[in-house]
Amino acid sequence: MSAVAQDRSILPSGGSVASRVSDFLWKHPHVLLAILLGPPLLWLGIIYLGSLFALLLQSFFSIDDYSGLINYQFTLATYGQLLNEANLDIIIRTVSMAAIVTLFSIIIAFPIAYYAARYARGKWKAFFYLGVMLPLWSSYLVKIYAWKLILAKEGILTWLVTKLNLLWLLDAWLSLPVIGGNSLSVSYTGTFIVFVYVWLPFMILPIQAALERVPSTLIEASSDLGGTPRQTFRHVLLPLALPGIVAGSIFTFSLTLGDYIIPQIVGSSRLFIGQAVYAQQGTAGNIPLAAAFTVVPIVIMGFYLWAARRMGAFDAL
Amino acid sequence: MHSDRSAPLGLKIAAAAGLLFLHLPILLIFLYAFTTEDKSYQFPPPGLTLQWFAVTWNRPDVWQALSLSVRVASISTAIALVLGTLCAAAVSQTRFFGREAISLLVILPIALPGIITGIALRSAFSFADIPFSFWTIVLGHATFCIVVVYNNAVARFRRVSGSLMEASMDLGANGFQTFRHVILPNIGTALLAGGMLAFALSFDEVIVTTFTGGQQSTLPIWMLQELIRPRQRPVTNVVAMIVVIVTFLPILAAYYLTRDGDQIAGSGK
Repeated sequence: MSAVAQDRSILPSGGSVASRVSDFLWKHPHVLLAILLGPPLLWLGIIYLGSLFALLLQSFFSIDDYSGLINYQFTLATYGQLLNEANLDIIIRTVSMAAIVTLFSIIIAFPIAYYAARYARGKWKAFFYLGVMLPLWSSYLVKIYAWKLILAKEGILTWLVTKLNLLWLLDAWLSLPVIGGNSLSVSYTGTFIVFVYVWLPFMILPIQAALERVPSTLIEASSDLGGTPRQTFRHVLLPLALPGIVAGSIFTFSLTLGDYIIPQIVGSSRLFIGQAVYAQQGTAGNIPLAAAFTVVPIVIMGFYLWAARRMGAFDAL
Repeated sequence: MHSDRSAPLGLKIAAAAGLLFLHLPILLIFLYAFTTEDKSYQFPPPGLTLQWFAVTWNRPDVWQALSLSVRVASISTAIALVLGTLCAAAVSQTRFFGREAISLLVILPIALPGIITGIALRSAFSFADIPFSFWTIVLGHATFCIVVVYNNAVARFRRVSGSLMEASMDLGANGFQTFRHVILPNIGTALLAGGMLAFALSFDEVIVTTFTGGQQSTLPIWMLQELIRPRQRPVTNVVAMIVVIVTFLPILAAYYLTRDGDQIAGSGK
């Protein structure tokens, strides 16, 4: 056995087809690279990028108001339509929801990530890891359904609030304009809570990954030099955690921008971008306008990713 | 980073509250699967019963949706495993121009909102006159499953020491033997974990599927229809509970498979 092996390592080429192919690939790494990269690139290039490109192309067509057919001529009219008051309203509503959801996700995620990174070890470390991974991977619809159960007028939240004699507070909140509503499950507040809940794990993981890399000596050095815990947090911990926060916000922001199921199931009847796209391509049959709507999150996320890359957020993923 | 001191109380409370916030809603699903109330989401449940499990068991539409979901997820996972591993091997084993762009391309299908992938595929299908079928669903699912396999495989490839492969070659193995006997055993668990996550991702996918599924219902589509127009709420409760249990198992398995990833032969260097 060893004699054969020695033999082969000395002779430039072996006998069998497999080893000849292998030798050929060894000498021509570019061919090997093409074989490895070819199938995935063809798949993603043709199916994904091809469809995406075709979609973007459609946003430069317009729809004939009378026949309802697509007019295949280059025009910017559809983008003009995108900027009318009702549609602009939808865009602003969605972007502000995404921003608020991202902000609250950071606030709730940070203590969990910080504890898991700095204090948890051994069994607790695994506990925290699974504690984030299980909700992350459990069914998206089931999570929304759970909140429908919680937020319903006859549900557990109203029951709890009544037991605590705080029903007046809930009613006062629901009577507020814009964020209130008939019950929590048909208000913006409900939509907001479900968004934060569903995307929270996407925020925790990158922040934790960033915090894990902060050497504890750095924090000790800061307090040795007289920094109060608040100053250490502000000037040492936060800047180092920032790439993780930005990485997490890519997910919370992008996912909120494109979601159309959460506001449909828990929320008021006013539309978000995702719902507008869905309605335009479905019942309205206006594919060009639907395509123009999808350009909004693509452009926003394009800028976001570009900025995130400059801040080094991709190292924290 | 680690600290030997114990955490401040405020931090402990905030972290515990955050974890509770993540888990209590899912636990509530379990309670509702047993409720006797079938018209509303009343809490506390007026009574507990097992009868809805029998009702669900006898519903053919649930079984059809489940079977479609399992078939779609299996085939999408298989495709994603092949493409994701190839891509990961190319990116981690070689240096070439545009390497960064490849990682971005792979991540793009999940970085962009699902609705964009969905509507893009839908308009491409209608453009190319492809009727909706089992395979149009698979096409969409496999596309965004690649990234999960890719991420797991790339992370593991990074840890498999290059000297192991050189040693294998030095000892006379050809490229295929090296792959079979050296690389595969080292990346095997990462691929298995990636495959399980891809399966879970596909099994749960709803946004892209609404655009590529046509009239067929996968289990998430079935649930979405029940959420928008409830027909029999207790059946939905039972299905929700079963989905929670079924998705937890592959996640736990994937965790235990990749947990010891640091102790790989040749990674000590």
